[in-house]
Amino acid sequence: MKRVKHFRIYRFNPEQDERPYLKDYVVELAEGEQKLLQALVRIKEQDDSLAFRRSCREGVCGSDAMNINGKNGLACLTDVDSLSEPIVLRPLPGLPVVRDLIVDMTPFFHQYLSIMPYLINEEPPPERERPQSPAEREVLDGLYECILCGCCSTSCPSFWWNPDKFVGPAGLLAAYRFIADSRDQATNERLDRLNDPYRLFRCHTIMNCVAVCPKQLNPTAAIGRIKELMVARLA
Amino acid sequence: MTMKVERYTFDAVIVGAGGAGLRAALTLAEAGLRTAVLTKVFPTRSHTVAAQGGVAASLGNSTPDHWHWHMYDTVKGSDWLGDQDAIEFMCRKANEVVIELEHFGMPFDRTDDGRIYQRPFGGHSMNYGEAPVMRSCAAADRTGHAMLHTLYQRNVRAKTQFFVEWMALDLIRNSEGDVLGVTALEMESGNVAIFHGRATIFATGGAGRIYASSTNAFINTGDGLGMAARAGIPLEDMEFWQFHPTGVAGAGVLITEGVRGEGGVLRNCHGERFMERYAPNLKDLASRDVVARAMVTEINEGRGCGPNKDYVWLDLTHLPPETILKRLPGIREIALQFAGVDPIQAPIPVVPTVHYQMGGIPTNYRAQVVVPKGEDLEVPVAGFYAAGECACASVHGANRLGTNSLLDLLVFGKTAGEEVVKEVRSGTLPLKPLPKDAADQSLARLARLEQATSGERVPEVLRDLQQTMQKHAGVFRFAKLLKEGVEKILAIEERVQRTFIEDRSRVWNTARIEALELENMIEVAKATMISAEARRESRGAHVRDDCPDTPEFPNGRNDRDWLKHTLWYREGNRLRYKPVHLQPLSPETEPIAPAKRTY
Ligand SMILES: Cc1cc2nc3c(=O)[nH]c(=O)nc-3n(C[C@H](O)[C@H](O)[C@H](O)COP(=O)(O)OP(=O)(O)OC[C@H]3O[C@@H](n4cnc5c(N)ncnc54)[C@H](O)[C@@H]3O)c2cc1C
Ligand code: SF4
Ligand code: SF4
Ligand code: FES
Repeated sequence: MKRVKHFRIYRFNPEQDERPYLKDYVVELAEGEQKLLQALVRIKEQDDSLAFRRSCREGVCGSDAMNINGKNGLACLTDVDSLSEPIVLRPLPGLPVVRDLIVDMTPFFHQYLSIMPYLINEEPPPERERPQSPAEREVLDGLYECILCGCCSTSCPSFWWNPDKFVGPAGLLAAYRFIADSRDQATNERLDRLNDPYRLFRCHTIMNCVAVCPKQLNPTAAIGRIKELMVARLA
Repeated sequence: MTMKVERYTFDAVIVGAGGAGLRAALTLAEAGLRTAVLTKVFPTRSHTVAAQGGVAASLGNSTPDHWHWHMYDTVKGSDWLGDQDAIEFMCRKANEVVIELEHFGMPFDRTDDGRIYQRPFGGHSMNYGEAPVMRSCAAADRTGHAMLHTLYQRNVRAKTQFFVEWMALDLIRNSEGDVLGVTALEMESGNVAIFHGRATIFATGGAGRIYASSTNAFINTGDGLGMAARAGIPLEDMEFWQFHPTGVAGAGVLITEGVRGEGGVLRNCHGERFMERYAPNLKDLASRDVVARAMVTEINEGRGCGPNKDYVWLDLTHLPPETILKRLPGIREIALQFAGVDPIQAPIPVVPTVHYQMGGIPTNYRAQVVVPKGEDLEVPVAGFYAAGECACASVHGANRLGTNSLLDLLVFGKTAGEEVVKEVRSGTLPLKPLPKDAADQSLARLARLEQATSGERVPEVLRDLQQTMQKHAGVFRFAKLLKEGVEKILAIEERVQRTFIEDRSRVWNTARIEALELENMIEVAKATMISAEARRESRGAHVRDDCPDTPEFPNGRNDRDWLKHTLWYREGNRLRYKPVHLQPLSPETEPIAPAKRTY
């Protein structure tokens, strides 16, 4: 069914605009154009100056995270008909805006890189695979699927206030993904690096992160497990 | 446009941070070479992330397996157009590169005894076609995600230097034809720079976006092929495009063949499991081209499903819900999101959707780009390598087997890296001086866009290009449509030269990026249409109405005249051909003699 949708989209071009503003758009969507990303592509056909990131259009690349009617999400996984109008689109909160819906993700990636996001195992690898039981592997479910979209960290008040000091939910989820891996040998070092008033302990279990994750992951639970390990280590 | 052009110098310049680019980068960075990796998107956003089903290796963890069986399946899958030396090389190296990934931390699923889980996949068989084999190493149905993130993570450890959200524009060659690097545009600043290297490795992925209905990401616009073609490098076997049998009807999003590997079946409107008629042995797990054509035949003969009878059902409802939840969780999400059905309860509407480009930049099994020079048809271009979907080694020939692409990325990405390390260390890859006009072509392309005050809109030209490809070079090909298609694409090419964008900013001008991508897509489209029109036989994914199954030419395949690779040159749309390598790499390996392909 064809239908007309009304949008208000955050616009800012650093070469022209002193300050950001919201611009209204009206777009007609054809049958089968279900997703918000498809609507954005239509809007860009009207106004090619609208800038946003996108790639896979199926929720696996993490490019098109944005603030949709006040809630962070992926445009490609959001049903446009589920949104109340005007549909208000803003860049992810808490990160510097480069242009329109495009934010500078550097602080977010910086925190991801800070947790040593790679398997550490200094033993010479065997000729075949390192064995891991299905049960050991199952522990990684819900941890490894993160697409680094940033929806969670940019909805976390603790990350807004301290993006340089608090690792944030995505980074902590990744940290736990390696801590939990039976093949990883650096748990102590990983915990040492998080044992600081900010890096881990700024999480106040507000759970915003869980509410927005488009992959239904649960960073809060992972953070809880890291805290438990910290405590257990003291005992 | 006057613009200051920065120059950066590296040992190796890699364009692309998907599986192939990251695997190459890892070898180079770990060897301590100064390496730059350019990518249009943050590395983990490359389209390798979308791969679902798995990566092939004859580990034999669940069923007996052997690399020569894998080689046989790959050659047969390629409809004998694959080069047997490259195929042998890939199949023999599979175990090494997959085990290595596990050591890097890839979260593969596991068997009860703790080994890598393997599932059956289309066209992969035991003992030369006897029965399906479990060869596809999988991390649930998120193998590409697990692999790409693992490779990125390992590159973080190796301190690889990335240039993220930089788009390479043109290949730089000197008057001898040696490759010296690329020009590139930084999206955030709008600046242009020259990346000057001893070696340049292309790993730019596929161009599936030239079709209207595609499983590919927006960024899959064939930039590497466009750059190569503009620089006078021919493109090989571009008539061969794989249509994946199971794209979600309407949306194009892929449903992995792993679904059929886990027991899913295709049904027509009568509920019939029709693949039993077309491929009595492997049935739903026959090779992709065979399954896609069977589906289109069912639809064309009125046995399609739904109100318009224009798709078939992919049925999983007989599988235990635990299998779906454990082995195919991503597929369930996709079906819910893009088809509005829960596969535990109802079948998924699917249609063949363009998926993979078998052709590409001609390379040999060492990942060197090779072109004809005089009588010699495969002379390496000094300083130029390619790996992954943008390259044509050719391991996939006329039809790729599922799970062989992720393997191709690992094997040839790694090989490209090793070749460059070897040559840099032995001093055979000097840094050659840049020509004065190194950036001129790119600056002229940018200036044209900047100065155009009217013209054709990019999305409109793109839509016409995509629809033309879809209609004129689809699952089945018709001599008449191909002929018209060539004319139409050449007309669209003229429009591509007259595009116009309104946005004049430097910072994150995505309209400009899309216009530049279109200039690459048109090269891929021309190569495809012209090569397809010229190939007067049916082979693998290229099946023509005027080349039917006859006793002289089984399946329409004509080995007498067409057992050869196509090379398309941009200049004058010239075609040349070169022989297929029917000899394996090692003298003791049994070649796979051409035969009729049945499953
Ligand atoms: C949905 C889907 C599922 C698949 N599932 C499987 C599977 O299960 N098994 C299997 O074997 N194969 C599968 N395939 C095929 C396989 O995933 C791809 O062929 C493969 O991932 C391509 O990898 P690549 O490294 O060559 O390119 P990509 O991963 O596409 O990466 C290309 C890179 O090049 C960069 N790039 C491109 N142009 C430029 C430019 N101009 N400047 C700078 N950077 C540039 C991009 O930013 C990106 O980093 C699947 C494909 C799709 C689409
Ligand atoms: S639970 Fe912790 S990490 Fe998540 S939003 Fe709240 S404070 Fe942030
Ligand atoms: S945890 Fe979820 S929301 Fe956060 S970055 Fe990963 S996928 Fe995105
Ligand atoms: S476009 Fe890739 S996650 Fe939405």
